[in-house]
Amino acid sequence: MKHDFNELRLEGVTRRFAGVGGNAFNALSELNLTVRRGEFIALLGPSGCGKSTALNCIAGLLALSGGTIRLDDMRIDTLPPERRGFGMVFQNYALFPHMSVAKNVGFGLKMRGVPASQIAPRVTQALKLVQLAGQEHKLPGQLSGGQQQRVAIARAIVIEPPLILMDEPLSNLDAKLRLETRSEIRRIHRELGRATIYVTHDQDEALSLADRIVVMKDGVVQQVGTPEEVYAEPANLHVARFMGYRNVIELPVEGERDGRVTLASGDIRLSGVRKLPLSGTHAMVAIRPEEISLAAPGAHANVIAGRVDNVEYGGRDSLLEIVTPNGTRLHVRAPGRFDAGASVFVHVPPERALVYPQEVH
Amino acid sequence: MAPSGASAAAKPQAWGEHLSATAVRRAGFDPALLLVVPAALFMLLLFVYPFVYGLVLSFEPKEGGALANYHHFFTSNRLWPTIGTTLKLAMPATLINVFVALPIAYRMRQPSPWRRTMTALLVVPITLGTVLIAEGMLTYFGPKGWLSQFLQAAHLYDGAIRLTHNYWGVLISLVVSGFPFAFLLILSYITGIDPVLARAASTLGADSRAQFRYIYLPLLAPGLAMCFCLAFVQAFSVFPSAVLLGAPAGPTRVISIAAYEAAFEQYDYSLASAIAMLMGFVQLLIVAFVLSLRGWFYKGPVGGGKG
Repeated sequence: MKHDFNELRLEGVTRRFAGVGGNAFNALSELNLTVRRGEFIALLGPSGCGKSTALNCIAGLLALSGGTIRLDDMRIDTLPPERRGFGMVFQNYALFPHMSVAKNVGFGLKMRGVPASQIAPRVTQALKLVQLAGQEHKLPGQLSGGQQQRVAIARAIVIEPPLILMDEPLSNLDAKLRLETRSEIRRIHRELGRATIYVTHDQDEALSLADRIVVMKDGVVQQVGTPEEVYAEPANLHVARFMGYRNVIELPVEGERDGRVTLASGDIRLSGVRKLPLSGTHAMVAIRPEEISLAAPGAHANVIAGRVDNVEYGGRDSLLEIVTPNGTRLHVRAPGRFDAGASVFVHVPPERALVYPQEVH
Repeated sequence: MAPSGASAAAKPQAWGEHLSATAVRRAGFDPALLLVVPAALFMLLLFVYPFVYGLVLSFEPKEGGALANYHHFFTSNRLWPTIGTTLKLAMPATLINVFVALPIAYRMRQPSPWRRTMTALLVVPITLGTVLIAEGMLTYFGPKGWLSQFLQAAHLYDGAIRLTHNYWGVLISLVVSGFPFAFLLILSYITGIDPVLARAASTLGADSRAQFRYIYLPLLAPGLAMCFCLAFVQAFSVFPSAVLLGAPAGPTRVISIAAYEAAFEQYDYSLASAIAMLMGFVQLLIVAFVLSLRGWFYKGPVGGGKG
């Protein structure tokens, strides 16, 4: 077991499962990824996209159906989890219910044959890092959910693993605690500088924590990029939808020039940026609700007229659902108060209207 | 008074909830409790009354004082050694059943076609009953049984094989009938333990043995104690196989045979009751001892957190 590394290389990592009626399917296909030392990687995708499968393959809890995993020059995909030595944090904490907090945190050290006299100070230090000093003698059942998850984090980091794996560690916590623990994880990562792979279905978590995000769908990687890249330049429509491009509208293509595409249909006329080569007569345009703004009445470029159909109050702004005369729905985030039924004009910035080829059904 | 009145007025809903909660507590009666009545009656008529009747009967011997039956039991060479004889059968049988079932059940903790087959196979002896098992064993393990004939035909063992009508016959039958029970019980305890705990342990460096020792065994301990008690009580009250497969006049003259003889051969129901009471007392002693050991172990939920 190594304490640090330069590169964790996943090459063609594939995991097949036997499905219903003998139909095997790939939960994870051909995952290629290189994790550098100290990097924070988020595996992001909806449930069933293969992100947890990928994490379990790296941890050694699932055998690969194909591909290799290497830690620098050492092949590790054939090792059992106990010989890989990665720290893992589970969604439901997986604390040992019969052991005190101190015993839970010290378990990995005990398994490594560290003498008891050295375990105690390291446990204390790890608990201090997750701000749980003084709780050593409690049983996990006596702690709140947030505290339990912090014990689980302490248990994973106290063994000083080369790599920390986190499987949706925040999804069982309530909203406030989730934000707090998220900053905690960010802080711990900064202090320890250990490479971390973090599985989540929450794009906010991925954006706020990760150095790089791996967006997945149906076991296939859709995009690997920095939070800025994935947020602003989704590689395809799946990623765009997942990253909060709530308006995805199918429109006929009118013309295309220098990567600028003009789409028009009845009461909507939009120009946007082409992200992928188009084929066919129609294309999909993806726009974030917060990038659409209210405009002065009149027929200007990229301005759409509509009627407010629904208003969700959101404090600083409101989420409006706007219907055009032809029945196209647009989600718009706008400051101020609105009444349902009001007539509005909205402006879509052409550089933020991303155009993708029509989906093949 | 004014401030409290104001706060009550400010939070009418909370105040109302508080009131209704105390009202229920003050009444102190939940009509749903009436649902307990049939079960309580059942216990009273079919368990408590016969037990008390037997207890009283045991203190009313045919002749002598109130304790004459107990005095007789502990001074008669035909009676008091039956406790030892029964323990000598029940203890090894229980230990074999529990501690052989444990590793097998542990190996089968993950769902598999094997587990289904094994479970189905093991349910059979439970449904057969001890008498049918004894019948089968007599023909299989007997001096002219299949096992004996096979071993001799294969020249593996040429001596006489005596596995019936002695201690070993009864012990084997107790294992045959008791093992599936212990196995299924332990299997259900093991599968109740969240497998993610073992996976967490493995990522922390625990191999299969360490996972068993540090995770499964401590969490199973209370269940094992319970399983031991149930298996022991079952084995201690052995009767049919001790008669059919054992030597009921000698080495397998267990305590239930003594009680049977007192009741139906000597027609001394009072003595029989006393023997039955002593039998229950010995069982209670062992069970109480084993369950008191549970106090040493963790007894809470066996999950890894809120799930």
